Amino acid sequence: MFVIVGGGICGLAIGWRLAAAGRPVTVLERGEAGRGATWAAAGMLAPQAEAEHAEEALLPLAMESCARWRGFADELLAASGIDVDYRDEGTIVVALDRDDREHLEHRFDYFRTLGLDLEWLSGYEARQREPCLARAVTAAIYSASDHQVDSRRAAAALKAAYLAAGGILREGVAVDEILVSGNRVTGVRAGDEEIAAEAVVIAAGAWSRNIPGIPEAARPPVRPLKGQMIALRMETGNPILRHVVWGPGLSLVPQVYFAPKSDGRLLIGATVEEMGFDTGLTGGGLFELLRQAYEALPGIYELPVDETWAGLRPASRDDAPILGPTSVDGLVMATGHHRNGILLAPVTADYVARYLLDGEVAAAMRPFMLDRFRRPVEATA
Amino acid sequence: MDAKVAHKGLTIAGKSFGSRLMIGTSRYPNQQVMMDAIEASGAEIVTVAVRRVSLESGGEGLFDMLGDRFHLLPNTAGCYTARDAVLTAELAREALGTDWVKLEVIGDDETLFPDVEQLLRGAEELVKKGFIVLPYCNDDPITCRKLEDMGCAAVMPLAAPIGSGMGIRNPYNLRIIREQVSVPVIVDAGVGTASDAAVAMELGMDGILLNTAVAGARDPVGMARAMRLGIEAGRLAFESGRIPRKLYATASTPIEGAIEL
Repeated sequence: MFVIVGGGICGLAIGWRLAAAGRPVTVLERGEAGRGATWAAAGMLAPQAEAEHAEEALLPLAMESCARWRGFADELLAASGIDVDYRDEGTIVVALDRDDREHLEHRFDYFRTLGLDLEWLSGYEARQREPCLARAVTAAIYSASDHQVDSRRAAAALKAAYLAAGGILREGVAVDEILVSGNRVTGVRAGDEEIAAEAVVIAAGAWSRNIPGIPEAARPPVRPLKGQMIALRMETGNPILRHVVWGPGLSLVPQVYFAPKSDGRLLIGATVEEMGFDTGLTGGGLFELLRQAYEALPGIYELPVDETWAGLRPASRDDAPILGPTSVDGLVMATGHHRNGILLAPVTADYVARYLLDGEVAAAMRPFMLDRFRRPVEATA
Repeated sequence: MDAKVAHKGLTIAGKSFGSRLMIGTSRYPNQQVMMDAIEASGAEIVTVAVRRVSLESGGEGLFDMLGDRFHLLPNTAGCYTARDAVLTAELAREALGTDWVKLEVIGDDETLFPDVEQLLRGAEELVKKGFIVLPYCNDDPITCRKLEDMGCAAVMPLAAPIGSGMGIRNPYNLRIIREQVSVPVIVDAGVGTASDAAVAMELGMDGILLNTAVAGARDPVGMARAMRLGIEAGRLAFESGRIPRKLYATASTPIEGAIEL
């Protein structure tokens, strides 16, 4: 029996792969499956537009996962009957004033050194693609291969596919302890119940580090990184936006983005806040979101508010996911995905499941194992 | 480092530091890069925006990362009034157990220039309450002198707007400030690259506080080391005394007595 702790997109996706391979697997979710960071996520699949300096190591994995998503979505539709709203219009990053433009040029040059396939647009060209963008948009970068899905639908589809494949999902069951004997995982304890397992996958998002029982050396360095978001409702049949658009940002909202969904919701995100497990909404957070958003897309002024929420990104110390085996036999990681949980779900599922089924550590997964945080002992002088 | 070229350290409010660099904790690509960059910078004083981070971190928060290896300097970033700044400083004192505060009272969020009137009020109040106050201020000698007179432990004039990377925009004012006040003068804001840091040190500044120039560099760890070296080079040049500038050349090898061919 495999036990997966956490029923978010990654836990469900790994479970689906294992169940589909005919192996007994239980996902334990302390709340409702797909209602944590997965629920909060905007569903952008944007390894190019989100490439960041000093994080180049993540790029190949992110690009690979992005390329796999269309097939993953088709597979999910076939298995669950749920369409995850895969949209391939592409992503536009806009600049609104001179400083923005210089910053965008700087980023464009950097992206080119990474060999990314991007197109520089004038303000006019950007507005031809997206007529509602502010007049102030003077330049933009277009990425044709950065797509998006609806993360909530993806979670629903995964849950259905997982259950259809024979996986067991127990919601409202919190894991109180990871059971370890010697240097080997034997199962988990939830309340009075002990569940034996040959392997336990930690896919508990921002909570992954603090599950009791994980030996110190195998505790994943993951912390919650709060993001507040807002959804507006676009006019049906006449959406104000079709592409994912990134604008500039300030303080709480380092870079505002818009993710328009086919059901008419326009997601605007997100703050980046080191606030522990707090998920409260604040005046400042929503104000910053709307202020930055309004500058890039003034047409939002008239749109009704559909929803506001905050979620917790499971941020690892280097923002890259923590995948695969640890120094404890049978204790396997699938956590720390930071802002990339939706994007990285397909590769996370495949590589972690492959390890669990065949013991194979894929070369692409190797750099993202927990042991990378163990520093080499410094040579004494 | 070779003892012969070791620069003298920095002393603020009776506490001595080997490094003249103070470094911020915002806007790094991630925590690992931040820690590696701080390490590479050699900085002992690390400044933290207390309003922006939760103190309860669950083991992986900023304060867990920094541990007790650094001298923490809480700052009042995001405060627009003296009252706000004083409350934030008090919160920091309680939470972090330090009397030190980098006082920032911002005038507006386009320029992030200090609001001098509010800054002076806030500084006065915090000094009275026993804080060791390091105020971020304009490069205005009169303001700096007033801050010193109030009992601030150092003055921290800007060299250019925060995060602008524009370098040392008014070296003359910085020199006047250095001549006019006796507390340490720390250039805070505006440094964009290592030569900017070296220039500030050659002007006789006692230290530099920076953040974006390192955090936003393509390789933050490399830039952190460059800043460390720039500051060391600049300080050493200042202490060693540069030659005067002259319009015409002076041959380094005199020609008197040379054989005529």
